[in-house]
This record gives sequence, structure tokens and C-alpha cells, in this order.
Amino acid sequence: MNEKVKYTVKADDFSHAGDVSGKVRDWMKKLPIDAEAVRRAAIALYEGEINMIIHSNGGEIDVEVSDRCITMTLSDRGPGIPDVDLATQEGYSTAGESARSMGFGAGMGFASMKKHTDYMMIDSRKGIGTTITMKIYF
Amino acid sequence: MTVKDLINSDIFEAVNSGIHTETKIERVYCCDMLSLALARASEGCAWITVICNINTLAVAYRTKAACVIIAEGVAVDENFRKEAESHGITVFRTTLPVFEAALKLHNIVKEE
Ligand SMILES: Nc1ncnc2c1ncn2[C@@H]1O[C@H](COP(=O)(O)OP(=O)(O)OP(=O)(O)O)[C@@H](O)[C@H]1O
Ligand SMILES: [Mg+2]
Repeated sequence: MNEKVKYTVKADDFSHAGDVSGKVRDWMKKLPIDAEAVRRAAIALYEGEINMIIHSNGGEIDVEVSDRCITMTLSDRGPGIPDVDLATQEGYSTAGESARSMGFGAGMGFASMKKHTDYMMIDSRKGIGTTITMKIYF
Repeated sequence: MTVKDLINSDIFEAVNSGIHTETKIERVYCCDMLSLALARASEGCAWITVICNINTLAVAYRTKAACVIIAEGVAVDENFRKEAESHGITVFRTTLPVFEAALKLHNIVKEE
């Protein structure tokens, strides 16, 4: 099996927040993937998608499913994360007032992405963008 | 107590009746930070929060919470109700503060 999908995520587009991860989840449900792996992927991808909407200038989400692995790649067009170690600490958040009033900004998104995946790598370049790769084996 | 029993009681005001109303309410969970709720709310819980926007529903749907209870008299707009309807999620509202709403429901759920 080698199935792929690609979606665009717009910055600040809260009215469609969660749409992409929802579509990916529905697509994965039709593939022969363990349900628990789909659930974990959907949660991790939702957090990544919301981060792109709140913190980035927008970008793309690619998901690839092979015989035993889900690979999710989220790449945005900046602004980049100045200090990845700091940003991935539980409780660290730069979310602004409007994001906080919607229930975001606990600084727990990255922790949850890590917890729900088997592999997570963040490659961020200031001014260029951030690429996050997550893998789930099933 | 099932979600249906809660709808038929007068404890909270039902804003939308979802599709899985036979679900038994296993426990009560309170949290207003969505990333925490997404990681920790468990299947079959009644989730009490003051955050009322489409992201609340996205989290409820993904965690398979039994229902969502919007506390503190926070306004539930028509857009939210429609979105809950299209996702089949049961939503209640109450003027009670989060703790009092949780305590009330917890006392019923723990008896079972
Ligand atoms: N795609 C991104 N581009 C730029 N900065 C980012 C990106 N994703 C995350 N960050 C930075 O990392 C911080 C931590 O992200 P994390 O998802 O853990 O928490 P949060 O989004 O602030 O709050 P929560 O996810 O709990 O609602 C963010 O506050 C932000 O500063
Ligand atoms: Mg986040």
C-alpha cells in the first residue's frame, strides 16, 4: 500500500480549523489501518494543523500511508520557531489573546503530538518556515 | 445515567440532541484548554467547559466525549448549535459555574 493526500492550510482561518485533519482521518478510516493508529494520527495532526493556523503563515500537510507506517509532513512558510527546545517544553506558548480566548495556548500541543506518535522531528528555519514530520507505525 | 437520561432530566438545558444518546456517561471531565482536553478527555465522559466555539466540537468529536456541557451561562450561538447537529454531538448549557455543574453530575454518575 502506498496512498497519499495533500492539503493546504491557511493562516488565521479559524472557521475551518480542524477541517484538514478531519478529512485525513476520514480518508485513513477507509484504508486497512488499525483504528487506534488512526485515532492517534488524527489527534497529532489536529494539533499540528491548529499550530499552522495560529502560529504560522500557512502551508501544506502531506500524509502518506504505507503497509505499516503513517507519515505526516506539515510544512509552513514561516515565521519559523526561534528556539525549538523552548517551544516544545510543556506550558510554553506565544499564543495571543484571541487564540487564548478560543481555548488554545496551554502550550501542550507539541507534548500531545509527541505522545501520540512514534517519531516526531521539527526542522525550523527562522524567516523560512517549519517542517514537522511525524510517524506512526501500525 | 445515559446522555438520553440527562436530556430528559431538567438538570441542564439541552441545546442539541446528538446521535449517540444511548451512551452511558462514565465520568465528568472539566478543562478549558483544548490541547489538554484533546489529550486527556476520555471516551464516554461528560465534558464541562466555558469554551464554546467550533474547536470545542472538534475536540469532543475526536475524544468521543459522551456530551459537552457549556457552563457559566456562556452564550451558545446558532452556528455552534448547527455544527453540533451536523457532527451528532449532544450539547447542554447551564448557568452554573463549572465546579457546581460538575459536582451535581458527578453525584449522580458515581451512584451508579
Ligand atoms: N508552525 C509553527 N510556526 C511557528 N511557531 C510555532 C509553530 N508551531 C508551534 N509554534 C510555537 O511553539 C509554541 C508551542 O506550541 P504548542 O502547540 O505546544 O502550544 P500552543 O499552540 O501555544 O498551545 P496549545 O497547543 O496548548 O493550544 C507556540 O506557542 C509557538 O510559539
Ligand atoms: Mg498548539
